[in-house]
Amino acid sequence: MSVLVYINSNAGKLSKSAFEAVTYGKMIGDVTVVTNGSTGDDILSSLGAYGAQKVLVDRSFDGTDAQQLTRLIGAAAEATGAATIVFSNDLVGKAVAPRLSVRLSAGLVSGAIGAPDADGKIKVNVFSGKAFGHVKVNTTKRIISLLPNSFQPEEVGGSASIEAFDGNVGAPGLVVKATKQPEGGVPLPEAELVVSAGRGLKGPENWGMVEDLANELGAATACSRPVADIGWRPHHEHVGQTGVAIRPNLYIAAGISGAIQHLAGVNGSKVIVVINTDAEAPFFKAADYGIVGDAFEVLPRLTEAVKKFKSAN
Amino acid sequence: MKILVCISKAPDTTSKIAFTEGNTKFSEDGVQYIVNPYDEWYALVRGLELKESLGGTVTIVTVGTAADEPTIRKALAIGADEAVRIDAEAKDAFQVATEIANYAKGQGFDLILTGKETINYNGSQVAGMIAEHLDLPLVSLASKLDVNGVTATCDKEIVGGLETVEVQLPAVISCAKGMAEQRIPNMRGIMAARTKPLNVVAASASELNTEFVAYDLPAPKSAVKLIDPENMDALVELLHNEAKVI
Repeated sequence: MSVLVYINSNAGKLSKSAFEAVTYGKMIGDVTVVTNGSTGDDILSSLGAYGAQKVLVDRSFDGTDAQQLTRLIGAAAEATGAATIVFSNDLVGKAVAPRLSVRLSAGLVSGAIGAPDADGKIKVNVFSGKAFGHVKVNTTKRIISLLPNSFQPEEVGGSASIEAFDGNVGAPGLVVKATKQPEGGVPLPEAELVVSAGRGLKGPENWGMVEDLANELGAATACSRPVADIGWRPHHEHVGQTGVAIRPNLYIAAGISGAIQHLAGVNGSKVIVVINTDAEAPFFKAADYGIVGDAFEVLPRLTEAVKKFKSAN
Repeated sequence: MKILVCISKAPDTTSKIAFTEGNTKFSEDGVQYIVNPYDEWYALVRGLELKESLGGTVTIVTVGTAADEPTIRKALAIGADEAVRIDAEAKDAFQVATEIANYAKGQGFDLILTGKETINYNGSQVAGMIAEHLDLPLVSLASKLDVNGVTATCDKEIVGGLETVEVQLPAVISCAKGMAEQRIPNMRGIMAARTKPLNVVAASASELNTEFVAYDLPAPKSAVKLIDPENMDALVELLHNEAKVI
């Protein structure tokens, strides 16, 4: 079965979510990747290690304009005869996959966390992480958009051939006026390790100790909703039901009580560590490891312990 | 400025999530429905602000049954001139988007606003599908929206940063946090909402591309392991050897 995987290669390098998407596609069938922009052939051919056989690349445009990408991926789907198209459910996937779904009359399953089962049903996160749903697709073509960090990329060895492809993409729908460069840190939705804090930290001036621990671990930083609402931290760091939903391997929460809305955004995490002065904080019920103590003392102590561990290993 | 705001109902954020009929149906037992927060806080409020500064109308549209009318009245209490209910049970994003696109076609809306996703199905699908149906540009996950004549300027999220984009109207915008501040309806708004027009239009019987056939709940967590706050080396040791995450 032919599977088409769209990956965003615009940063000039490939992200973990690209490898996840190729690995997922490989579980279903023979993978052709489609992408655009000026990323070098050598970098693109590395997708072969994850099971891609071929990479179709349209070098006529850069960027992630949803209308251009919809035309490109639609043309590639037609050219390859792919019945399954795979995206990462990231910011680009969220804009492009729904358009493509209408264009190709293909049912869209977004936020997939499982491979299609024997009947073709696909498991997704619903109710903001509080439950799972199993989705059946009624159309002959289907689009699956994967929740980042749900599949471990798997190297199978091999190399992908690169082919120039003209998607006849036309004009962009949006004109980009300015870009605020992504900040240096780890992007939150893809992060494997996350250090998060809430109102218990008492003020934005105290976030240094959160950042210190995150830097020491190579983790992204996050926060609870009240903290983003009062402007202590930027909105894109807010995890929870009305913020970002994340599934890191490790989520460390300091000074967050663990309201149901916050838990919804983080309960896909593999391991949860909670630091709180209040032993009755509801978050401890959702935690794997708990520390009843003052974040102002515990966080620096944990940073030191990580530092010691890193230098010994 | 003619603005269409698409709303959906969602269970209150504190609702206990449970399923019935052999885990095939969401249990509405004791569930209080609200307007999906992204639709209400960001799409509707920003639509109203634009109307207040530029003039025009705000129409609310939803795909739902008569049972959803109290939720529509909640949205009308915050503002908007009128509401339209497309008479069908909402089952799939494609169905909802197709119904709304069919309704909006040819009506001359300058802006079609949606929330970035619903908090129950989290699909982020409807806005993009409406845009493709109507062949309109889409600004997905916009955190700022300003209108100057026939163009709109938006900030939209990109991985770890922000992009400022310009788009020709008409356009579809999906609205995320930062776009507006939540408004609490006042008594006058609630009274006025009772008599605002709520027009029911027949559905065009759109097909379902996808169906939720079963649900399940996450396995309960085992009891938390408490660590001495003085001994963070012990935690690092457990994270490395037991949990194997560092």
